[in-house]
Amino acid sequence: MASSGINVIFEGSNLLRLLNGLLVTARIALVSVLISGVLGIVLGIVMTSKWKAVRSVCRVYLEAVRIIPILVWLFIFYFTLNLELGGEVVSIMVFSLWGTAEMGDIVRGAVGSLPKHQRESGAALGLTNVQIYRYVIIPQTVRRLLPAAINLATRMIKTTSLVVLIGVVEVLKVGQQIIERSILEVPTASFWIYGFIFLLYFAVCYPVSLLSKRLERKWQS
Amino acid sequence: MNFGFIVQSLPLYWKAAQLTLTISVWAIALSLLVGFLCSLAIYYRVRVLKSIVKVYIEFSRNTPSLIQLFFLYYGLTQIGLKLEAELCAVAGLTFLGGSYMAEAFRSGLEAVGKTQIESGLSIGLSRAQLVRYVIFPQAFSVSMPALEANAIFLMKETSIVSAVALPDLMFVAKDLIGMYYSTTEALTLLVLFYLLLLLPVSLLLSALERKVRYGQFGN
Repeated sequence: MASSGINVIFEGSNLLRLLNGLLVTARIALVSVLISGVLGIVLGIVMTSKWKAVRSVCRVYLEAVRIIPILVWLFIFYFTLNLELGGEVVSIMVFSLWGTAEMGDIVRGAVGSLPKHQRESGAALGLTNVQIYRYVIIPQTVRRLLPAAINLATRMIKTTSLVVLIGVVEVLKVGQQIIERSILEVPTASFWIYGFIFLLYFAVCYPVSLLSKRLERKWQS
Repeated sequence: MNFGFIVQSLPLYWKAAQLTLTISVWAIALSLLVGFLCSLAIYYRVRVLKSIVKVYIEFSRNTPSLIQLFFLYYGLTQIGLKLEAELCAVAGLTFLGGSYMAEAFRSGLEAVGKTQIESGLSIGLSRAQLVRYVIFPQAFSVSMPALEANAIFLMKETSIVSAVALPDLMFVAKDLIGMYYSTTEALTLLVLFYLLLLLPVSLLLSALERKVRYGQFGN
């Protein structure tokens, strides 16, 4: 076979299989990002609570998630609640827990950075607590937190590559399968396949992080 | 929980922790070096180098570390560049960490106000003195929190090196689970050892931060 090197990516259904693998990664990332976004906003608001006990509990959760590597969390969840859930569900759980904590911290920072008089002026106008959030705090906070939140999303997309280590068949696993199948005919297969996966991830993450940078620049001025 | 098993596996974890620590120290030190040089290239607008550094930073920051490591370890060996697993892990983590450190240094350098530099020049400091007494202390104090966060981040990222068959903490835990089904014990020890490594570093670094930030006093 004359297909030395790069052709291995396009041979047969290889490209399609790789892209399907990427889709699995993307699905895990997307679901986790959505869950983290919603729960993180709730957590962030809870973290600005008046009660110290509530704040401390949130803090402990955040620090606990942060100090242990995500891969360790994946292992803990995978091996301890292996209730026929499968790797994909477990990874979504872990990434949501992690994303919620990080998103909560971002939201807390953004809410905390709002000048106090904004909230007080709202209260002085006789707005209820809900109205203060709806009309005063949320619109201003969104600008402050969106760049950081998008940044978190790219971090989550990148970290989803770890799920291969708890047995989810995603783009990296598919890549390995292709390499194993064609290594005898194409000795350089692993270079091309891993290089291609490298570029695939870059193609997904780079536009997102560009967006985050652009929003940051736009809203800072 | 089987305590006998835990005591028996302690030496294994101890050895693995040493490997994790060694790789972390090397990766952090080299990342700091690479990051520092890259940030200088950008700050001083060194012509060709600056563009190369920028491309490197984008590639490094927008791809997963696991893929970087796989490409380095399995991909590059196929085209002739053969690295040992340890070296490969350090190189991979440096490739990842270098860009994060570069961004941290760069934001610090950019935070030094123009007035500071002009004042320094106007009282007759030489370029070297300007760098030594005006730019670096201030830049460093601004960069410090980000550098710390990156150091911890890199230590945590070392958990992926088990994927290239290095016997680090993750690897030992996986091994024990696979061989003895002692999931609870293996995972408990895994968490404990990571805490043992990461908590002191985290506390030490925040203490260090307070010390280094003197450059910001009086602002």
